[in-house]
Amino acid sequence: MKIGTPREVMSGESRVAMTPESAVQLRKLGHECVIEAGAGAAAGFSDAAYKAAGVEVVKTAAALWKAADVVAKVRVPTDAEMKRLRSGQTLISFFNPGANDKQLKQAADKGATVIAMEMVPRISRAQKMDALSSMANIAGYRAVIEAGNNFGRFFTGQITAAGKVPPAKVLVVGAGVAGLAAIGTSTSLGAITYAFDVRPEVAEQVESMGAEFVYLDFKEEQSDGAASGGYASVSSPEFREAQLAKFRELAPEMDIVITTALIPNREAPELWTEDMVAAMKPGSVIVDLAAEKGGNCKLTVMDEKIVTENGVTIIGYTDFPSRMAAQASTLYATNIRHMLSDLTPGKDGVIVHDMEDDVIRGATVTHAGAVTFPPPPPKVAAIAAQPKKEAPKELTAAEKRANEVAAFKAQTKQQVTLLAVGGGLLLAVGLVAPASFMQHFIVFVLAVFVGFQVIWGVAHSLHTPLMAVTNAISSIIILGALMQIGSGSWLVLMLAGLSVFMAGINIFGGFLVTRRMLAMFQKS
Amino acid sequence: MEYGFTTAAYVVATILFILSLGGLSGQESAKRAVWYGIVGMALAVTATLIGPGSGLWLLSLLLIAGGGAIGVVVAQRVQMTEMPQLVAAMHSLVGLAAVFVGYNAHFELVRVLGMDEAARALTDGFAALLAHKSSVEISILRVELFLGVFIGAVTFTGSIVAFGKLAGKMNTAAQKLPGGHMLNAGAAALSVICLIWYFNSGGVFPLFVMTLLALFVGYHLIMGIGGADMPVVVSMLNSYSGWAAAAIGFSLGNDLLIVVGALVGSSGAILSYIMCKAMNRSFISVILGGFGGPAGAQAAVEGEQVAIDADGVAAALNEADSIIIIPGYGMAVAQAQQAVSELTSKLRAKGKNVRFAIHPVAGRLPGHMNVLLAEARVPYDIVMEMDEINADFPDTDVAIVIGSNDIVNPAAQDDPNSPIAGMPVLECWKARQVFVSKRGQGTGYSGIENPLFYKENTRMFYGDAKDSITSLLPKLD
Repeated sequence: MKIGTPREVMSGESRVAMTPESAVQLRKLGHECVIEAGAGAAAGFSDAAYKAAGVEVVKTAAALWKAADVVAKVRVPTDAEMKRLRSGQTLISFFNPGANDKQLKQAADKGATVIAMEMVPRISRAQKMDALSSMANIAGYRAVIEAGNNFGRFFTGQITAAGKVPPAKVLVVGAGVAGLAAIGTSTSLGAITYAFDVRPEVAEQVESMGAEFVYLDFKEEQSDGAASGGYASVSSPEFREAQLAKFRELAPEMDIVITTALIPNREAPELWTEDMVAAMKPGSVIVDLAAEKGGNCKLTVMDEKIVTENGVTIIGYTDFPSRMAAQASTLYATNIRHMLSDLTPGKDGVIVHDMEDDVIRGATVTHAGAVTFPPPPPKVAAIAAQPKKEAPKELTAAEKRANEVAAFKAQTKQQVTLLAVGGGLLLAVGLVAPASFMQHFIVFVLAVFVGFQVIWGVAHSLHTPLMAVTNAISSIIILGALMQIGSGSWLVLMLAGLSVFMAGINIFGGFLVTRRMLAMFQKS
Repeated sequence: MEYGFTTAAYVVATILFILSLGGLSGQESAKRAVWYGIVGMALAVTATLIGPGSGLWLLSLLLIAGGGAIGVVVAQRVQMTEMPQLVAAMHSLVGLAAVFVGYNAHFELVRVLGMDEAARALTDGFAALLAHKSSVEISILRVELFLGVFIGAVTFTGSIVAFGKLAGKMNTAAQKLPGGHMLNAGAAALSVICLIWYFNSGGVFPLFVMTLLALFVGYHLIMGIGGADMPVVVSMLNSYSGWAAAAIGFSLGNDLLIVVGALVGSSGAILSYIMCKAMNRSFISVILGGFGGPAGAQAAVEGEQVAIDADGVAAALNEADSIIIIPGYGMAVAQAQQAVSELTSKLRAKGKNVRFAIHPVAGRLPGHMNVLLAEARVPYDIVMEMDEINADFPDTDVAIVIGSNDIVNPAAQDDPNSPIAGMPVLECWKARQVFVSKRGQGTGYSGIENPLFYKENTRMFYGDAKDSITSLLPKLD
């Protein structure tokens, strides 16, 4: 098969979906590679470099689209590009299928197959082709760099001969891939970094990157991202209020705020309100990585950098990966290459589009003349759900009370039943047995009762001494032997004597060994 | 007058015994409690010697002194790791004594019944007690002494077998004669027949047959129980020895015997219950012996056991802030408690938070690990129960498993087909890193594969526990 990559036509887009390096790997899978002249120039890959890697360079986009069986590109195709798509061709690209019905239908009608890179499911096996993650990683890094570029101070605190420099305080909202990359960059530059996320389970990841997780004082169980494939979901109004209150508290202290909060297939939630911007110090910087989806801050202007009246810079660029085109192209091309190697199981240059495969099925949005978006849920859960989720602490006071009452009733019922049965049995015994027996029997029952009450209180760690001491005490059988020893024949005397002897061993042995053990237990 | 005195002394002794058991609720009060027990026992024996048992008190004292001397020597020499077998051995003595006393009661009963009215009036001591009984009371007496002898005999052979298994003198695996539980059931049924026979005839022969049967039941019952279930067995035998004493107390009409027997019996029963609960198994299934066959295919264990050397463990310990040590029977076998204690004090001296997690059925005796650690001078306030510490594993840097297996087996929670499914276990795999000190690859007593050893954060530290831990000591800076 011929894999082709055209030059990106969108203005400002510098990335390219194939690098000389990835081309070499693709050729190893049995494919041929073709690229439009100048496609890699903006990312620093010359046509000569491609040629050296065995890639055919064609002059025009039209020629490329005609030549290639599989077209790999970065941006959502333009209408002109869609026209060039032909039946039987495969397009691998970002496609924004959730809001791109027109092109979806177009592609399906033409009988072309479209693989949308943003639809690669989030399972471990597919991580190597998860372009969203690799791009988000770059965006997170670049966001800190852009912020630093517009921030007039050091990140790290210093004490110099010329005076003391306080460290910058950075708040990262949303600890997804981009957020974590931003945290890593920011902490390694020496800033004091705080991070927030609605998914409490990421606190550990945040702390492992060296940032401080901002906890909310909020009782409600926060949603577990595991259920939604590791993405955040919409939170309740109360939770949102608690979150905004926390941000309001933090706003005056923060020098740099990087917001990365996105919810799949929705407008970005507003997290950094205008009054928070107003509360920030002049010279502070906000980088809004959600600008493309409306921004986490309503003041953000997409693709622009603005400065507010109180001197806060708000950066709304959406092309962070493109600003690091060489790095981004390398990673993206590798993602594409992995996708193709999954599509070429035989490594023989023949593409097998296996719609049973979770990853391929998930990413395919049109195939064989039909729109196949949205995909069915993957067979493998993205992330193991956190066990023990249904913590009992969510009970309301009324429920707790009801539970207590129920438990109390059950206990009462059990006790009453036991008492009734026990009492009945006692009565039954009393009816037949003579009074002299009953006297002893009552003593026996009471003793069992006392025993049960007392032993429950014994500490677990003292179970061995308990056994030793009960052992010693059970040699009380000596009393029986002592009573008999003076009475009757030599046989009785002998047996009783032996019993006394053995019980003697037990009494002394048992008590002494218990004392020895107890003496060993000591406090630190 | 003397009987009044005896009864009063018995009441005091009873209270002292109850206080003695109740005092075991805490380590400090326990030290006082054992004295209550000693005083109670002394009082009871003295009162009996002066009162109803005044026949041959010089001989009695000599015998007690002789037995006592042996007891003292044994108690001073015994190693703490040998505590389970000592306890089992002492149970067997109580059981045998109960059998003897029961037989004596029978002989005396026969003798007294053979007398005429005039002779009965002249009897003294124990025989006098019997002489005054009505015929209904004598029938009841027969049932009581029969029961006492039965339980005593079961306790006797059962304890001897338990002793043999615990001391390693017998094969610890569960073994049954052909016929299995049917043999036990048959023997028990025959014993019931003997009871009816004895009840009607009063002859010594049915009593003797029953004793043989009971001895067999005790032997066979405990032979059928595997080594890992020994904590339940020992506490169960403890309970039996109590019930035997209580039954004998009935036949002798001695309230103190009844009370103490009942106390000991219920104490053993509760201990057995706690142990069973800790293994999530019913008492019946433990008694019936061995782990039942797995209910279905056990989940296959994936991955491999990764070994680590002392340097690696020491490096991890040097970096760790919080450490939890989980000892098991393997620590007792290797006599590693001193080394573990040294390791603990060394780590604590460096300001690390070191704690011990004790599973209720760790070892071969309830509370066995606590005693071993106490012997090695590990302070008891860093030794935690399972429920106290299980929630802390996720915040722990290093968990060290020393010679335990099933009590840290995650299959109990994850694999519904595992033979130990549902058993509460120490969740050590939640710690950041787990080191398992183990003699070699292979499964534990129960023969159950342990997925813990294959986990990503688990490293196997092969070798004798004592040598392994000792080799760590110089490497901790």
